[in-house]
Amino acid sequence: MMMTNLLALAESIPSKTVQASGWFLETAWLIPALPALSFFMILFFGKRMKYKGAEIGITALAIAFILAICCAGQWINQVNNAGHGHDQEHHQGDDHGEEHQDSNEALNSENIEIAASENITIYAAEEKGEGYESVAVDAVIQRFTWWESGGRTFHVGIMVDGLTVMMLFVVTAISLLVHIYSTDYVSGDRRYTHYFAFLSLFSASMLFFVLSENILQTIVGWELVGVCSFALIGHWWEEKPNSDAALKAFLTNRVGDMGLLVGMIILFWSAGSWSIVDINVAAINNEIGQSTLLIASLCLTAAVMSKSGQFILHTWLPDAMAGPTPVSALIHAATMVVAGIYMVARLYGVFFEGYDIAGSSFNVLALVGSVTLVGAGLLAFVQDDIKKVLAYSTVSQLGYMVMALGVGAWTAAVFHLFTHAFFKAGLFLGAGSVSHSVHSFDMKKSMGGMRKFMPTTYKTFLVCTIALMGIPPLAGFWSKDEILVGTGGWGLFGGTGGNGTYVFALVMGIIGAALTCAYMTRVIYLTFFGEFRGDTHGHGDPHESGKRITVPLIILSVMAVAAGFLNLPVGFLTGNTTGWQERFGHYVEPVATYFPGISHGTPSWSLAIFSTFVALSGVALAAHYFFVKVKAQSPAATELANGLTSKNKLAKAGHTVLKQKYYLDHLYTDIIANGTKGPIADAAYWSNQKGIDELVNQVGKQATRSATFVYEKIDQNLVDGVVNLSGKASEGLGETTRTIIQRGKVHQYAAIMFAATTILAGLFIVFV
Amino acid sequence: MSIAQYLLLSSVLFCIGIYGVLSRKNGVMVLMSIELILNAVNINLVAFSALTDNIAGEVFALFVIAIAAAEVGVGLAIVLLIFRNKQNVDLSEIDQMKG
Repeated sequence: MMMTNLLALAESIPSKTVQASGWFLETAWLIPALPALSFFMILFFGKRMKYKGAEIGITALAIAFILAICCAGQWINQVNNAGHGHDQEHHQGDDHGEEHQDSNEALNSENIEIAASENITIYAAEEKGEGYESVAVDAVIQRFTWWESGGRTFHVGIMVDGLTVMMLFVVTAISLLVHIYSTDYVSGDRRYTHYFAFLSLFSASMLFFVLSENILQTIVGWELVGVCSFALIGHWWEEKPNSDAALKAFLTNRVGDMGLLVGMIILFWSAGSWSIVDINVAAINNEIGQSTLLIASLCLTAAVMSKSGQFILHTWLPDAMAGPTPVSALIHAATMVVAGIYMVARLYGVFFEGYDIAGSSFNVLALVGSVTLVGAGLLAFVQDDIKKVLAYSTVSQLGYMVMALGVGAWTAAVFHLFTHAFFKAGLFLGAGSVSHSVHSFDMKKSMGGMRKFMPTTYKTFLVCTIALMGIPPLAGFWSKDEILVGTGGWGLFGGTGGNGTYVFALVMGIIGAALTCAYMTRVIYLTFFGEFRGDTHGHGDPHESGKRITVPLIILSVMAVAAGFLNLPVGFLTGNTTGWQERFGHYVEPVATYFPGISHGTPSWSLAIFSTFVALSGVALAAHYFFVKVKAQSPAATELANGLTSKNKLAKAGHTVLKQKYYLDHLYTDIIANGTKGPIADAAYWSNQKGIDELVNQVGKQATRSATFVYEKIDQNLVDGVVNLSGKASEGLGETTRTIIQRGKVHQYAAIMFAATTILAGLFIVFV
Repeated sequence: MSIAQYLLLSSVLFCIGIYGVLSRKNGVMVLMSIELILNAVNINLVAFSALTDNIAGEVFALFVIAIAAAEVGVGLAIVLLIFRNKQNVDLSEIDQMKG
């Protein structure tokens, strides 16, 4: 085990370290600063502006988006230059034995290198089958000391590397589109200005979280996005379900936040530093014990489960759909919910070593992810609310990402995060566009046949759906396929493993793919096909939304098509075009001391074909049910009158379990909350009545008795006597001094004062 | 010059001051006499300060001067108000504060 770790580590040791630099990368702090500024400006001046503050938010996000693009460009340039400048010194690692030997030398000299980090060590190793050199481009880290206490220094700063740049791009891009979309969607809302203020604050918090240099900032950003999520879910708080949903989201997240705090504290004390780089380096170099890392990873996994909506703490996410739809698209699909994924990806050294991902075939992260992706996929079938289906779909896709991280497919997880952000935001905004026109989210009661009324929304929704289903060549296919490859479970047909053989994860991933296809087919049928079942209250037919809604939809659907080509698998292209393979992984995946040496699975044609076949059969089954059977029954029907659930008891029971969302909400509110609430209250009442009250009564009685005695004997006679006597005495003394001494004569006062001083001075001289 | 001469000067000033305070009926004169007493103390402080080569006494004298200025400010304000009300500042007639 130790040996594999060493080998893996040896492979990961960068051959050469290049410090990335550049104005945009070093001033990346501007990107969160702009929306933060915009938040305050909207709050103070928003209501007086022409467009009620929306223009401030859009301007800030547009500038931030441009800066993020410049950052990305500069980063890509840095990575390219690092690769080219290195060509001359590059020596081919033909013999792997030799390569490992060299690597081990590098390992031995590592301490020296760390001590003198200025040194640029030149050493080359070609990663097996990767096709690009491992030239480390160190993250740009800018930080200053915030405060010092007890010999500990607390920094504030930014850390910019490929992962950060990717997230900056995603967050600013989707936030900008959501801002534009919202100007139409929430127009006329009574808290329009506040809505935009909170959108800005959320963007700022998320960008701050993404850029955090140390885990302290990570925690702050994590909580900040939680607060913004709370505020935006409860945007229409006048209705009780909305404010309940906001509270539920906040409180469920608190459960995971405890895990985050504990995990981060463990990491801090074991690594002795808040810095993400230091912690990762310490974890990778085995400076922290395996069991400590395991406990920290478990605690942080709890945080991921709440923030990224994993079983069994996912229950808040579907309820969070009570917020405005653009908020759901931005926060509960594309950005905030991936905070957990991002945190794991950022601290991947800890998880990789803590769960021993490289050398095992099972771990908590992979288990949680794979259970979530199938469990949530099943739940999506029984929801009638289009946003709730999409919410469960989000939970399911987040399960993919967590699973990918759990099996060591880091790049696949991050790439899926990237593609998913675009097509899921597109789906949510599409659903919002439909509901904007029919004023409801209920697919069965108010939708159907919408493709005739809203052609643009229908087309973009369909494109995003196909991307989500993972059907080639759209974005979802490439990222999902990469995750399946990364599980390393496809050993049967020639695909080679990644970091272990997670067959369980592979099986769940393929089942999840089929489920995704089926429930999305159901959504497409219920929303866009069949007969319109809604009631427009005499406003005529539903109509297409305005430009400010459709243009973001079109942009997102273009991204849903194009994003997948950024990371074509190795072996897909031949000849001169091989340079276009694995671009995303090349630029995003860090090759640095703070990143563990993960190995990459080899893409397999057979797996790709098989998973596509499974996906298509999922579509076919659902399409047969809806487009043939249900449609034959009646164009307005939403399900078969004599379907399986009415004939088969087992199916009926399964349907009920799904309808009740696995009874998790009952478990939390009825069993855990109410169950503990009753007995605790009873016990408290009993101990109050029998124990405390009895004691208090006895004490009271005894106190009365002794007080009576004290009052009659001591107080009345002795104390009062003394008080009266002293009163009389002082009265007499006062009377005497008043008449003799205090006569209002200034000179007499002065004379007495001088005389007294003289006497005191005399006494002083005599006695001292 | 020896310290004794300073002490002599200051004690003479002090005695004049006490005499003034006790014998004068005019409020303003009483205030001036108090100034004399304070300045007698100042001379003592500065003299001993010079003798022992210790700056503390001089610093203290500066404090005394500052506080004396404040005191005389308040005192004159009181005398002025008394004058406005009674058209004279004879201290022997001001005995409303008696017990």
